[in-house]
This record gives sequence, structure tokens and C-alpha cells, in this order.
Amino acid sequence: MRLSRQSTILLRVVVGAGLAFIYVPLFVLGIYAFNSSKILEWPPPSLTLEWFPKAIESTAKDAFWTSIKVGLVATAIALLLGTLASLAVARHRFFGRETISFLVVLPIALPGIVTGVALNNTFTQVLGIDLSLFTVIVAHATFCIVVVYNNSIARLRRMSSSFEEASADLGANTWQTFRHVTLPNMRSALGAGGLLAFGLSFDEIIVTTFTIGAGEQTLPYWIFSNLFRAQERPIVNAVAVIVVLISILPVYLAYRLTREEGGPAAVRGRGQRVEGGGVETAATAAP
Amino acid sequence: MRTQHANTARTAWLIIGGLLAVMLLFAGCGSSDDDSSSSGNELQKIGKGEGQVNLISWAGYVEPEWTKPFEKKTGCKVNNKVAGTSDEMVQLMRSGEYDGVSASGNATARLVEGDDVDPVNVDLVPNYKTVFSDLKNQPYNTFDGKPYGIPHGRGANLLMWNSDSVTPAPKSWNVTLDPSTASEYKGKISQYDDPMSIAEAAVYLKAHNPDLGIEDPYELNDEQFEAAVQLMKEQRSLVGEYWSEAEKQISSFASGDSEVGTTWQYQYFALKGEGKPVAASPASQGFLPEEGATGWSDTWMISSEAEHPNCMYMWMDWIIEPEANAQVAEYFGEAPAQELACDKTANPNFCTEYHAEEPNFWKRVYYWKTPLADCGNGNEDCKDYNDWVQAWTSIKG
Amino acid sequence: MSHRLAKLFHGRPRLQVGALLAGPVGWLVVGYLGSLALLLVASLWSVNAVSGELVKSLSFENFEVLFDEPVYRTIVGRTVLIAALVTITDAILAFPIAFYMAKVASRRTKAILVVAVLIPLWSSYLVKVLSWRNMLSGGGLIDWMLEPLGLSGPGYGNTAVWLVMSYLWLPYMILPIFAGLERIPNSLISASEDLGGKPFTTFRRVILPLAFPAVVAGSIFTFALTLGDYITPRLVSNNQFIGNVVFNNISNNLPFAAALALVPIVVMIGYLLVARKLGAFEHI
Repeated sequence: MRLSRQSTILLRVVVGAGLAFIYVPLFVLGIYAFNSSKILEWPPPSLTLEWFPKAIESTAKDAFWTSIKVGLVATAIALLLGTLASLAVARHRFFGRETISFLVVLPIALPGIVTGVALNNTFTQVLGIDLSLFTVIVAHATFCIVVVYNNSIARLRRMSSSFEEASADLGANTWQTFRHVTLPNMRSALGAGGLLAFGLSFDEIIVTTFTIGAGEQTLPYWIFSNLFRAQERPIVNAVAVIVVLISILPVYLAYRLTREEGGPAAVRGRGQRVEGGGVETAATAAP
Repeated sequence: MRTQHANTARTAWLIIGGLLAVMLLFAGCGSSDDDSSSSGNELQKIGKGEGQVNLISWAGYVEPEWTKPFEKKTGCKVNNKVAGTSDEMVQLMRSGEYDGVSASGNATARLVEGDDVDPVNVDLVPNYKTVFSDLKNQPYNTFDGKPYGIPHGRGANLLMWNSDSVTPAPKSWNVTLDPSTASEYKGKISQYDDPMSIAEAAVYLKAHNPDLGIEDPYELNDEQFEAAVQLMKEQRSLVGEYWSEAEKQISSFASGDSEVGTTWQYQYFALKGEGKPVAASPASQGFLPEEGATGWSDTWMISSEAEHPNCMYMWMDWIIEPEANAQVAEYFGEAPAQELACDKTANPNFCTEYHAEEPNFWKRVYYWKTPLADCGNGNEDCKDYNDWVQAWTSIKG
Repeated sequence: MSHRLAKLFHGRPRLQVGALLAGPVGWLVVGYLGSLALLLVASLWSVNAVSGELVKSLSFENFEVLFDEPVYRTIVGRTVLIAALVTITDAILAFPIAFYMAKVASRRTKAILVVAVLIPLWSSYLVKVLSWRNMLSGGGLIDWMLEPLGLSGPGYGNTAVWLVMSYLWLPYMILPIFAGLERIPNSLISASEDLGGKPFTTFRRVILPLAFPAVVAGSIFTFALTLGDYITPRLVSNNQFIGNVVFNNISNNLPFAAALALVPIVVMIGYLLVARKLGAFEHI
């Protein structure tokens, strides 16, 4: 699109301001992580690195690994269920098809406190089971399904079913077609969906509060418990900075994975032209 | 297109219909009660420790200074969850995932009524013999003639202020509750975020509006309740922060966002430790502004679904060991429950300063209590806890 | 084994669909919707004030209280208003950024920008809010910055909640709009310009309508996330939002909390239905 020089400059300024808005609180957070004083004074009196080794040694470490565990299992479940659902919706016609998308998005669209209390009520009052990491995983998987589903169905819709038909014509059965034709083409969408789902689970606090067992802690839960303890606050800040730094890699991966399809993680393409290869048609058949 | 829409509509109605059917079905018969625990059963004998004990407590009640020796001695690892309000504690206890709780008077009756706690067999707790006698057999820890807990300690809610900005030193609660006086500190007042704060207004009105005839700030009829609620509503526009986490209040006093308000000794000590210019209603005055104050007398109770009852009994005995109770009392800043603790405190005058041995002093402290409709005056017109909770929501707006 | 299964499914599309959907639908309908239904059933009950036991007799008492007491209308109104404000703010902030990323930036810049927008999503929600709490406190960063101008920051309150929520959910708005804009073929824009449209006209009559469903998709997140949050209002204000009251009542009055929880559920379901009509579901 051709924009006048002034418009382009104005746009650049606005974007710069937007990015500043996004990153200033993170920088402030970073500065507090190096703040030598435990009390939140601004500007900080002096800087120190002492909180980082303390952060790594603290109970945050256990919480971190618990979060990883929960995230991995919840993502695996979400991948399974999300893929199954997307296959059904993208490749078949049946009664109630339109409602599946709606159903799948509900756990993430309804307030976390509603989901949390409802699941808690079911677990403890109706099923009579104790809260534990298992219940947290179940809860997380429930709202992670939608992320996988959306990425997966976007990919399936773009992928012309003619490939699968050709495969069937060549004599492959349903399972073989899925394994050798459909799945490889979906891999990057699933990868992106999985990464996003993991990110969602890793940072979740509200639903977790209502479904976690007594002795367990995920990382957000640990942060929440230590949020106001003056002694721990600098360590909390350091932990947060570490998490942000570690997460740069998966974010970049997620982007690369979806860029092969020609768009960022949340994209569904119709009529999208892809750079750098990939067999796409400008007009894909609408399901 | 048409068929698609018709399908969608049909699906939607089917799902809604299904949900309604489920709802009505359950509303009618209700879900089965899974509470299979026996109530009213006390432990008869303490067996071997189970290796851990899960506690719920107020901030500052369970600290390494006395949990580490306990863990060493009994092998019971202590897992502690700090709660900010009695409501939180009740909710956590009802989940059945914890072994015990340091319950204040506005939680004990609810826990007993709800069968969430068992009576305590005090014969299994040797240190109980030397607990102060005016803490035993109290309405907040004894029900149906049976003791339901082990006293932990007691204290009054303090008035704390920033000594640099609030002068002269206040002697009355009017500095937070009387609209004309309190308006000087608009936006700097820190109030406890809990329905029990209504009782603070009632205590104030008891002294300043005797016509209302308030006797017990937790037993209020319509007129008295309305007056107290009205006072808190007027305070609303002057409040800077409603706190329920002790640490949140510490940080706002430290930063100067709050300058005066209700607090516990725990926060006062923390701020003093950071060198902040705070002062609290002085010990020489008896810790109380002239109207008196609300307070609490806390009791360790054991869950009826405790998975580690032996460790819990060991904990209850440990926490009122003279040395441990002395440490607890001095750390938090409250009067100990254990008589013999007074010899063990680092500050030899501690018990005197905190009036641990003066039953008369505590008559001016109105321990937190569960408001009940049946408040023993013959009529059943007192406001109950649900009313208090609703009113508190309306007050905060 | 897989051969046998494949033969079983061959030519039986219904069976295929059934097998595919059994897991997800079973989980979501029975597990999730069922839990919701049970919770909502509780809204028709009441509770014994002292023991906390549920009194399982049908009554609309909770809903009567919700309608009669003015404070609940205030709280719902406040929550919905701020949710709407946050959505509008984020849409306005996100669009230029997303537009620049999709249509103006070079390939390399685009990649950097996408990663730059995604990274804050991975920093802990709690810590971001805490950071804002620090910045907003008296004498904090914001006051310090505004002092030379003779102004002071908004402090804690509704403004703070609006600011922080707009901040938190901005990436959720940027991404769908970016994706939607990317999908508009450049050929359409060129065609519009060839036909004589000035940039603003092209924007208004070609780009905006095509990007609108994506904006709606983003708004689902900003609206829903604001509607149910209770942690941010608690940390940067003294005001009660729907989530706070639900949270406060869960322990001693679950039926009442459930009744209040119905409000955001109804609002969101309505919002989702409208969003779907507007085509947003293609863009989530």
C-alpha cells in the first residue's frame, strides 16, 4: 500500500509508542529484579545481582518443574482432543457441527473463576475426589483444547482434501492416509498450537487456584503466594525475569513454525499466498 | 444455508434443553453428600506420626523458628497455608485437605456446625493443663460442653499510624471512623477487608452513641446494625485501601500510601523492623484506644477429615509448649496462651506488657465472634453472618 | 491392528465422526458443561449461615437479592463498562501496530515485531500486574514521570484497572488483527488505489470492513478476560468487580456466588453468538 511520507512516519511513531507501552512495565520489572533494596523505592538506590542465584535455589525451582509437568501433560491431552475434534469438523458433515466451535471456545471465553469454581465443585462435591495435580491437569487441558483446535482446523481447511482422496484412490486405508498424508501436513500447526497451549497452561493462575491440591504449587501459584512477602519480593521479580528470558526461545519457535504457513500463530488462511514454498491455492474450498 | 441454520438452531435448543433437564433433575433431588466422616469423635490415643501435617494459619503463626525444632522432634513435616481472613480459613477447611487451623472466634462456630472439626481430647495434650484458665471453656472454643481446640494466643486489633504524618498521636478510633476527624486522612486510611470491620463501627458507636444500646458489637438488631453499616459506608470514601493480606498493608504503609488504620501487631513489628516511622496504640494505654477494640482469641482446631491426626495432636501440644508459645507470642506480638511461657520470653516484661495474666483487661476487647440470629436476648432478631457479608459487599460498593 | 480398525471405519463416515468426537465432546459436554450445569443448579439453593451446609430446596432468593440490592447493579455495571472501555482502547491501540506489522513493515521487521508482541504473553500475568501496582503507587514511576509536568498519576482505582487491563490484553488483540490484515491480498488494496481511492478511503472502505471480523475476534478475549478478572481489581483498586464478589462469596455462600456467576456466563454466551454471526470465529 502506498502511504504518504508523513503517514508512514506518523505510523512509525504510533507503533513505537505502542511498543514502549508494552515494554516499559517489563523493564521496570527487570530493574526491580536488580534492586538492592527490598522496599519498592523509585528510583532504586543501587543494583545487585544477588537475587538471581537466590531465585534459582528457592522453592521456585520445584514450582517451575511442577508447572512444566502440568503443562506438558495438559498440552498432550489438548493436542489429542483438539486434533480429533478438528478432524471431525473439517472433514465431515454431521448434525451439530456448527456448535463444536462454540463449545470448544467456551472454557476460555467464560471467566476463569466460573470455570474454576465449577470444576472444583464437581471434583470435590460430586465426584468426591481430592484435589491434586491431576485435577489441575484436567482443568488446564479443558481450556487448552481450543488453541489446538483453532490452529489445526485452520490448517485442515487450507489443506485441500484432494490429497487425501488421492491417497485413498491409491489404496491407502483411513489410518494410513492420516498417518502419511494428513498428519505430516498438520505438523507445524500442531506444533504452534501445542506451544501456545503450553504457554497458556504455564501462566494460568485463577483456575489453578481452585483445582490444585494442598501440597502442590505451580509457578504462578508460587508467585501468588509470595507476591506480598517483602522478603521474597525481589526473588519473585528475579524469577519472573528468568521466565521471560527462557520463554524467548519457544516464542520464536512458535513464530517460525507458523510462518511456514504464511502467518503467525493464530492465523487461518483463505486465499493467502505463501512465501517460500508450500503448495497453496488461492481459493480453498470452504467446508 | 437454510439447512445449516436450521441445524444450528436445533442443536442449540437440544443442548439448552439438555442442560435444563440436568439442572432440574439435580435441583430436585440434590447431589449425594460425600461427607462420610464421623463427627464428634475425638482421638483416643496418639499413635506414630504420619510424617507430615497440613496447617492453615494466620500470617506469623507458623514460622521456621518453632517449626524446625518440631519437625526434628516428631518427624512431622509442616506444610502451612497462610490465610488472610476467617472466611478463607473456613473455605479451606471445608475442602478437607488440611489437618488443622488456627481459628478465630468468627470461624469456630461455623466449623463446628458444619462438622468440619472434631472435639479435642485434652487429655492427650499435656501442656493444656497450664493454659490460662480464662481461655478454657469459652463460648468460642467449647461447644456442647466439649473442648474443640487448643488456645494459641490472643490479641487486640491495633490502631496504627505514621508518626510523621499523623500528629498528635490519636487516642481514639475517631481518626478512622468519625467522618469529620477522619476526612483529614482521606485516601490514606487502611481498613481490614472483612465483615468483622462492622463490629469496629459498633464498638465505636457503643461508646459514642449510647442511645443505641449496643452491648455486644456482634449481637446487633436492625437499628444498631443499620447505624454501624451507615458509619462504614461514610468511611468508604475516605479509605485508601482495604487489606486482607498482612503483607499488602505492610507495603502500603512502607510506601506512604497508607497512614492510619486497623492492624495486627505482626505488621507493626515488620514496619518497625524496616525502620518505618510507625506507632501503634501504646502499650502503656493498654493497647486500646479509649473505646476499646475488637480482637481475637485463636484456637487450634483439628479437622474431622484430618489425614494426619497424630501429627496434628503433636503440633497442638508443641505450640503451647512454654518455649514455643513464648516464641510465637513474641514474634507475632500477642498474649500467649501458656502460663509457663511468661518465664521463657526474651523480654522479661512481655506478659505484663501484653496483659497476658489480666482477665480484666480482656473484658474491653471484643473477640471476633460469629454473628447469629439467635443472640440469646430472647428474640431472634439479631443479624446473622449472611447479613454481615451482604452488608460488607454493599459498604465497599 | 490398524488395518482392522481402518476396515471398520471404511465407508462408515458416521462411525468415523463418532469415534473422532467421542473424546473431545465427551470431555467438554459431560465434564465441562456438566460442571457448569451443576454449579448453576446451586444458584437455586441457599445456605445455612452458620454451618455452611447447602439447603437444597428450590428458591429464587439469590436472584431476588441480586435484583433488589443496588450495589450489585453498580458492580455489574462497573465491570461491563470497564470491559467495554478496555476492548475499545485495545482495538484502537492494536490496529495501527497490527497494520504496520502486516502491510508496511519489511519481512525482517515483521518477524521481530511478532516476536516482540508475543513475548509479554509469556511473562507472568501476576508479575505484570505487580509491576503496574508499583508504578502506580504514590511516588512510584508514574508519579515520578508526571511530576515535572505538574501532574500526578491516577493512583489506584477504576482508571488503574482500565489501564492495567488494556495493557495486559493488548497482545490478544494485536495478533488476530495482524492475522486478519495479512490475509487481505495486496492486490485488493492496489485495485482500490488504481480506482482512485485515497489512502484513507481505501482504509475505510476496503481494509476496515475486511478486518472487522478479526477485531471482533480479538474483542472476545479482551472482553471476556476483563469481565471475569478479580486479581487485577484487587491489586490496583479498592473497587469490587463481578469476579471479586463471586470470589468473596464462594466460601460462605456458594449458591449466591453461583447466581452472580450466571451474569458473566449469560453476557459471554450472548457476546459469542453475536461474534460468530460477525464472522469472528474464523479469526480466533
